[in-house]
Parts: sequence; structure tokens; C-alpha cells
Amino acid sequence: MADGMMTQAALNILDISGVTKCFSFNGEPILALEGANLAVRKGEFVCLIGPSGCGKSTLLRMIAGFETPSEGRLSMWGAPVSGPGPDRGMVFQDYGLFPWLSVARNVGFGPAARGRPRAEVEATIKRFVDMVGLTRFADAYPHQLSGGMKQRVAIARVLANEAEVVLMDEPFGALDAMTRENLQRELLEIWERTRLTVLFVTHAIEEAILLADRIVVMSPGPGRIVADELVSLPRPRDPTDPEFNALRRRFSALLGSHH
Amino acid sequence: MISGRGRAIGLSLAAPLLFLAFWHLSTAGQPFSLIPPPLEVGRQLWDLTFGGVWDDLYSATLLEHALASVGRVYGGFLLAAALALPLGMLIGRVALVRSLLDPTLQLLRPIPVTAWLPLAMIVFGIGPRSAFFLVFLGAFYPILVNTVFGVRSVEGRLFEAAAMLGVSPSAVFWKVVLPAALPSIFTGLRLGLGFAWVVIVVGEMTGVQTGLGAIIMEARQLSRTEIVISGMVVIGLLGFLSDALVQALGRRLLRWSPQHG
Repeated sequence: MADGMMTQAALNILDISGVTKCFSFNGEPILALEGANLAVRKGEFVCLIGPSGCGKSTLLRMIAGFETPSEGRLSMWGAPVSGPGPDRGMVFQDYGLFPWLSVARNVGFGPAARGRPRAEVEATIKRFVDMVGLTRFADAYPHQLSGGMKQRVAIARVLANEAEVVLMDEPFGALDAMTRENLQRELLEIWERTRLTVLFVTHAIEEAILLADRIVVMSPGPGRIVADELVSLPRPRDPTDPEFNALRRRFSALLGSHH
Repeated sequence: MISGRGRAIGLSLAAPLLFLAFWHLSTAGQPFSLIPPPLEVGRQLWDLTFGGVWDDLYSATLLEHALASVGRVYGGFLLAAALALPLGMLIGRVALVRSLLDPTLQLLRPIPVTAWLPLAMIVFGIGPRSAFFLVFLGAFYPILVNTVFGVRSVEGRLFEAAAMLGVSPSAVFWKVVLPAALPSIFTGLRLGLGFAWVVIVVGEMTGVQTGLGAIIMEARQLSRTEIVISGMVVIGLLGFLSDALVQALGRRLLRWSPQHG
């Protein structure tokens, strides 16, 4: 037992080493990601930033198990990732909610699909629907919700499923500025409460600095990781703060120098 | 103030009432009209339903004919659904079945249902079985085509969402494909049932003794135009009711869908 805990503490929750992804487009091979190395510790909030075509979404989708690497190794708690699984929950930009299920049933979908007892599913639904502030909308269907509310459901659904790693692919990219700010704040609150490991893909520097413990900068053609830096600003962070601005300039330069 | 619903009903009645008035004005009192005036048709419809006006061969026979037609429509429709739904799901989801059956079914599809009638009469003989077969055939393709479309056009994202939430590949069909395809399947059922009502009349015009198609064809030969029109009205009403029933069912089952709810 003590031995197991030792290894757990020593292991990274995610280990990505030498991961390359090659797509074929009209018969032409396209190198979407080349030689990516990344180790993520439990509880970290990591943002992946970079322009389109830098492979950030591809990397996220490989961690989710939706794509397989062409080369390299990808493991969670030391075990190779071999496909999608409930330990890695994904929040899509376009929500991916089940339109025929109510908010409550969407949130309870994972636990129900995995055969959890009914009472437990109901308790889980209540807990996470409450957590994302949708108690009054528990019986509403997705088409009756705003974009921000849909994304709250998507987050609750992943949390309810006991995901250890939450993968977020530009989750707030389609939302208006005000909703985005609210959701960023709520996401941080949830993360601080649950201490989940979050991998968050974005192309917005400010969003990354606002959220992350650590920012991984990527550049396109072929996609690769060009910088990996910790953000040590105290939370809550203030985008008008001079230090925040300095970081913004720094990451802007990191992104620009590789174009 | 008239409520919204009352207003809607009032507006929807305007066109039929106008049409009735036009019909009445252009036929009532004319000595040589091919079309009987609406009141005469109304009287005939009463006699067909309850008897007591003419007391002839047709009096109070409506229920019998209507039940015969309804039985064939729903029988043929249910048989078509029982076959087309599983077949459509298999064609939509299993590549092998698709390659095996889809070309043949697509080749047969352009043949109009009515073109099957002579062959049906040769195979099934003159009688209700040919009508039943035509109804089946008429309902089969709309259900099949829409079911295939429904199960094939499930958003790819939903499969990813289900997979990352821990749905096993074997459960994906019940948990994702079927519910996602339900609106399309439902459209197919509705179209199929509508088509069944179209085809039943043609099917019953070929020497069947009972059925609404049978009496309107027979009445034409006897120059009983009021009966012809009465039969048409009843077919229209039954088709309308049957569609309203399916729609009500759809609104219940597809409350979640912005197109149906």
C-alpha cells in the first residue's frame, strides 16, 4: 500500500514523450505535431496556447484517446492511453451535449452509463447541477439553454463522471465576453475546490494567463512545443495588473517569434 | 378579445368556408350540374353514416368501409415499419449490409407504387391482399430512407462525448444512435402513414368489395357523385386524424427536439 502511494506520488498523472502525429490530407502527409514532450502533475492547471495549426487540439485529442499518436508514448499514471475513457473528461467548444436528454440526465449520463446505482446517480446529478448553478434548469433541454449554460452542463457532466483530468478544447471560444469571464471565474472556483488536473487549450493569451499554473506555448508548421513556463502570479489575477501585462507581453513575444 | 388559439382556428376555417360557399353558389339550383351541391353531399354523408335518408344499399355502411380501409392502412403500415425500421438501422450502421442491400433497394425505389398494382393483382389476386401489399410498399420506402438517413447522420461529436463518458461500443447504438435518429425515424413514419392513405384508395379500386376506395369507385360507375365526394371527405378526415395522432405522439416523444417540441 505504502509502496503504491510512493509510486503514485512519484508518477506524473500524464506523461507525453516524443509524441508525433501525422495526418494524411489528399494523399499528402501533414505533420500536425512533432516530438511533443510534456509531463503534467496531479492538480495542475495547464494551458496550451498557440495559433491554429500548432497541434494543440490534436495533442488534446490524443490525450483524450480520440486519436492515436503516429510515434511516441502517451500515458496516464504510467499506463499507456489506448482509447477514450471516463478518467479523462473532455469539454468541447461545441458542447457535445445529448439533445434528447435534460440537463440533469446529461449530467448523470456517464454515471448511469457506467451502471452506478440509481440513488447515487441522482445524488451526483444534484451535486454537480448545483455546483454549476443550473438547479433551476435541471429539467430543461439543451436547445432551451444559452451557450454559457450549455458549457456549464458540459463541465458538470465531466465532473459528475469522476474524471481525473479535464481536457478543455477552447471551451469558451464561442461565448460572448461577459459569459466567458463568468465561466472562467467559475471554472477556477471549481478547480480550487476539486483540485482536478486541467488541460485547457486556447488561443487567447489573456485567458491562459488568467487561468493557468503553467503555460505551454506551441507553434505551427509543423506543430511543436516551443516554451513551457510556470505562471506564479497570485490568484485571483487581475488583467489590469502591471505584472499581468508583463506576462502578456512575454507570451506574445514567445508566440510571435515562432511564426 | 379572442384568444390566440381561437384566432388560429378561426383563420384556418376561413379557406374551407369560402370554398364551401363558392361550391354552393356554383352548383345549387343548377339543373345539369356534374357536381352535386354541398348540402346534398352532406345529406348523403349522413345517410352513409347513420342511414334513414335513402335506405338503399349504401345506407349506414360507412363504418364498415372505413374500418376495412383503416385496417388495411394500419396493417400495411405496421408491417412496413416492422421491416423497414430494423432494415434501415442495419443499412445505416453496418457497411456490409449497406453494400449488400442498398443498391438493390435504390434500384427498386423509383418504380412507383401504382406500377406494382398489376403485378400485385397477378400474384395476390383481385382482392384486399393486393391493396394491403400496396399500402405496405407505399409506407416501406419513406420509413426505410428516413431511418437510414437518421442513423447515418448522427453528429460525430456525440460518439466522442459518449466514449469519453465511458459508454461501451456495444451500448452506443441504444444510448446515442437510436435517440439521435428518432426525429428522422419519426418523419419517416409520418410520411409512410400519409403515403399509406394515398395508396389504399388505389389499392381498393381494383375489385375489392369493401373499403372507402371501393365505394367511391363503385359509386362512380353508378353515377352517385354525392357518394364519391362523401368518400373523399371521409378519407381526407381519417388521414388528417391519423396524422394528428402521430404528430401528438411525436410531440410527446420528441419534446427535446427544437423541430418537434
